[in-house]
Amino acid sequence: MKEQIESIASEAMEKLENVQDMKSLEEIRVLFLGKKGKLTGILKGMGALSPEERPVVGQMVNEVRKQVEDSILKNKNRLLQKEREEKIAKETIDVTMPGTLLARGKKHPLTQVLDEIKEVFIGMGYEIAEGPEVELDYYNFEALNIPKNHPARDTQDSFYINENVVLRTQTSPVQIRVMENKKPPIKIICPGRVYRSDQVDATHSPIFHQVEGLVVDKGVTMGDLIGTLQVFARSLFGEDTNIRLRPHHFPFTEPSAEVDVSCWGCGGKGCRICKNEGWIEILGAGMVHPKVLEICGIDPKVYSGFAFGLGVERTAMGRFNIDDMRLLYENDMRFLKQF
Amino acid sequence: MKAPISWLKDYVNINVDIEKLAELLTLSGSKVEAVEDLGKSIENVVVGKIVSMDKHPNADKLKVAQVDVGKEVIQVVTGAPNVQVGDYIPVALVGAHLPGGKIKASKLRGVESYGMMCSIEELNLTSDYLPDAPENGVYVFRNKPEVGRDVKEVLGLEPVIEFEITSNRPDCFSIIGLAREASVTLSTDFKKPEITVKEEGKGKASDHASVVIKNPELCSRYAARVVTDVKIEPSPEWMQRRLAAAGMRPINNIVDITNYVMLEMGQPMHAFDLECVDGGNIIVRTARDDEVITTLDGQKRQLDSSMLVIADENKPVAIAGVMGGENSEVTSGTRMILLESANFNGTSVRLTGKKVGIRSEASNRFEKGLDVENVIPALNRCAQLIEELGAGKVVPGIVDCYPVKSETVEIELNDKEINNLLGTDIKREWMLDLFEKLEFGVDRDSGILTVPSFRADVRVQADLAEEVARFYDYNNIKPTLLSGKSSTLGRKTYSQKMEDLIIQQMLSFGLYETYTFSFTSPKVWDKMRLPKEHELRNAVVITNPLGEDFSIMRTTTIPEMLGVLKTNYNRKVEDGRFFEISYVYRPIEGQMLPEERKVLTIGLYGNTDFYYLKGIIEQLFAQMNIKDADFSPEKNHPAYHPGRCARVTIGNTATGYIGEIHPEVADNFECPARTYIAVLDIKTMIENSNMTKEYKGLPKYPAIVRDIALVVKNEIPVKDIEAVIRQFGDTILEEIKLFDVYKGEQVPEGMKSVAYTLTFRSPDKTLTDDEVNRVMENILNGLKTDLNATLR
Ligand SMILES: [Zn+2]
Repeated sequence: MKEQIESIASEAMEKLENVQDMKSLEEIRVLFLGKKGKLTGILKGMGALSPEERPVVGQMVNEVRKQVEDSILKNKNRLLQKEREEKIAKETIDVTMPGTLLARGKKHPLTQVLDEIKEVFIGMGYEIAEGPEVELDYYNFEALNIPKNHPARDTQDSFYINENVVLRTQTSPVQIRVMENKKPPIKIICPGRVYRSDQVDATHSPIFHQVEGLVVDKGVTMGDLIGTLQVFARSLFGEDTNIRLRPHHFPFTEPSAEVDVSCWGCGGKGCRICKNEGWIEILGAGMVHPKVLEICGIDPKVYSGFAFGLGVERTAMGRFNIDDMRLLYENDMRFLKQF
Repeated sequence: MKAPISWLKDYVNINVDIEKLAELLTLSGSKVEAVEDLGKSIENVVVGKIVSMDKHPNADKLKVAQVDVGKEVIQVVTGAPNVQVGDYIPVALVGAHLPGGKIKASKLRGVESYGMMCSIEELNLTSDYLPDAPENGVYVFRNKPEVGRDVKEVLGLEPVIEFEITSNRPDCFSIIGLAREASVTLSTDFKKPEITVKEEGKGKASDHASVVIKNPELCSRYAARVVTDVKIEPSPEWMQRRLAAAGMRPINNIVDITNYVMLEMGQPMHAFDLECVDGGNIIVRTARDDEVITTLDGQKRQLDSSMLVIADENKPVAIAGVMGGENSEVTSGTRMILLESANFNGTSVRLTGKKVGIRSEASNRFEKGLDVENVIPALNRCAQLIEELGAGKVVPGIVDCYPVKSETVEIELNDKEINNLLGTDIKREWMLDLFEKLEFGVDRDSGILTVPSFRADVRVQADLAEEVARFYDYNNIKPTLLSGKSSTLGRKTYSQKMEDLIIQQMLSFGLYETYTFSFTSPKVWDKMRLPKEHELRNAVVITNPLGEDFSIMRTTTIPEMLGVLKTNYNRKVEDGRFFEISYVYRPIEGQMLPEERKVLTIGLYGNTDFYYLKGIIEQLFAQMNIKDADFSPEKNHPAYHPGRCARVTIGNTATGYIGEIHPEVADNFECPARTYIAVLDIKTMIENSNMTKEYKGLPKYPAIVRDIALVVKNEIPVKDIEAVIRQFGDTILEEIKLFDVYKGEQVPEGMKSVAYTLTFRSPDKTLTDDEVNRVMENILNGLKTDLNATLR
């Protein structure tokens, strides 16, 4: 009996070692552990044994059974692993084929530049203000120290709706509207659409966009203006960017300046982009004229401020190397896709 | 303003090279636009005299000349038809640099040549600069300059600096003004011209002429001198060169002198043929509405009573400050002249110039407002040059009519306030020194500054600050960052954030953002099929547009979006998918300014349909958490397909339209037949959005799901079916989901089958079939009664 059990055990172990697929494994299980299996057969024949032998043989059979079950489990895992590997081996795809197209649009390049500008100034504590595009002559000119018949009106040829209403030629009127309604400290930027009577060509458009900035508080200095513009220029054009201020004239600021940034193409050495000057003019700025503060009911003896304005189209064109302003308003999808 | 460098050097010591000068002046406020060096690429070209000239032995068209170039006589082969023995001509020597290249000794048809005779083109000059140059051939000097001299010197070829002068600085519209700026910038000496007039004419000016100013508000001063024995001839070459380099065409000695003085001193001058001024009486008055004048350019100009003219007893002889009249023009026969130096009101000159359509060098200066105190020095400078050039005899005395005296302006220097404004620590002494150099009257004890009459731009302390800052150099001011000032919170408002969200959503649906013009043409109304009295036709009209296409502010964005779709369709873009956020402008009765409303516009064509567009908007509303949005059939919008348009409302507020564009409109705009556009009001969407979010418990009990297929009349919109289902659905109806609409053989003609999945759930127990059956029965009864819908 003992020998018989031992031979069943070794037969089972040998078969299991060599099993190659799940079906054979199941057959082996049935052959040894099934209802009519060999080990089950031994247990059934135990009635013929003596009471002394019975527990011994029973224990032996249980040990062998355990041994076979363990081996079945082990080989089952081995086969599963093998099957998975075979499956994986057949499943190779061409990963160089193009991905599935997900519809996704693009922001217009002007919005992208505007977003960057807004982000920089929000980071510096500015809020965003807006004002009407069809504007009173008073806000667009008079309150900005540009009375009727002022020669500066000629340089900004305006579209008129009637004697008192104009398409705003600059975002500066928003300054006035904000100052009229809010007490200092004021720290705002006003992005928006402006209009000047220029024919459409590669560098001109009767409609374009500006971002105006205004800070009014006690003790605001020209140094603050320069520092602010430096941070702005570096955020937008890179850490190595320098700025240069040149005296200029705007009726609503005094002192006034035009501001250049070192060329993003050559860093200042001179190239095609900067017409060999090393500098590119991007904005106008200055200290708010005391008359303008007064007009808005802010005491220039107590408060001072600075203002600046920049052209979004020019910035975007420089930024993305766009050589024709008309492209920005043509909305050709092949153009828009590039940004 | 173009300034030849030698002219500046007459009045200021320039101790840096031209590039440095340009940079420093730019940084102190006189912006240099360009430096044009007329002699830049010309080296080793000298004056030569043709000693002899023979025929070339081997070529009919060539000549062999012996040319004296000072140090030697050289042989030059030339093909120029216009030169003769004895002519003085420019010769490029061997080794000379010309714009066209380097000159080498060479053999021309077997004869040695050691140089080249030059035309003005070869010297890179134009006939504007040398009006006496022949059209073809070598330039011949008229004035026989010294042989061997550098032609750059002889022709006055020198660097010319072009400045951009801002409107507040008319004083810098002159050589003197720029020289003054340069001297302060460079800290070098500045001197004004020394003006003396000999007055060798007979009698007194007042014997020949009188001046009356009828409108002192338009002319604060009018001064005149009289010159007799006038000899009209060309002005000397040096004067012609300077005028040409500064951009003015030389004419004759008298006109050139007046222009020369204008450029040098900034005061426009005019010379009248005094014999053409009836009675010698100058009357400065406004014109009559019926008066006409022919100006110096030969054009007839209609005058009116808003314009100031210079007249004699009978007729206008000049439009004041704008242009002289032909009737009193200085001509070769002129014997006696009246020199005008006056101060006219800038605004009046500007408006008159605009009306008559003339912008002259003179009007350009007057417009900005000139210095009254410059009138007499300029007049005297003019007289001095006439004497120096032998152009006539200046009669003693000036007729000076000066009804409105200029006022002197004093400002007390407040160095502390200036430093506070600039963020600097500049010494008071430095400032006082600066203002002295700028010709302010300076009382060093009191700090009271007297503003010179030519600086009308300086009126308040901030103006003084700018003077200080620009000569201190803006770029020497230490950058600071508002430290110690009130801190503010930078952020976007709720609306601004929601607008960002709308853009993000549009991008995620695959739409590209566009920017279109906000003005449009009134022609689009007909193309949009708008009836005559349609409210959208009521637009803000631009009085001075760039043409009809840009003449009104848009009241709808549909035409521009159709324009975008057309552009892309024409360019073979298969699927057009665009959006824009922009304003429309609607006039409001009784208000000065129109209402400006921001709208979201979506435009689609290609692989798309109405439901794709509607899906975009439903998703957008879901993202913005907009409840109560409703889409109802709209048959009456003229621009849309009557069967494929929905009116969108949120709550009870009209929000816009979505749909397929009317085929005729699509055709009119050259768009594809199936074009889809939505226009929605952004403010309404944002006001009805809700970004406060709150978690609701997940369902605890299982749902029971029932599918139904109904047969209804075609015309019944699913919206109505759903309304009935909801009405009878009790509180346990959780969701209605449309999964099929079928029309065809399986259902009767004129009917459709609509299939729904209805989900029932209770928040506090597991529903039984019986409970659901009861509700289903109510729903089906309701559908039957209200819509005559039957179960399929
Ligand atoms: Zn560059």
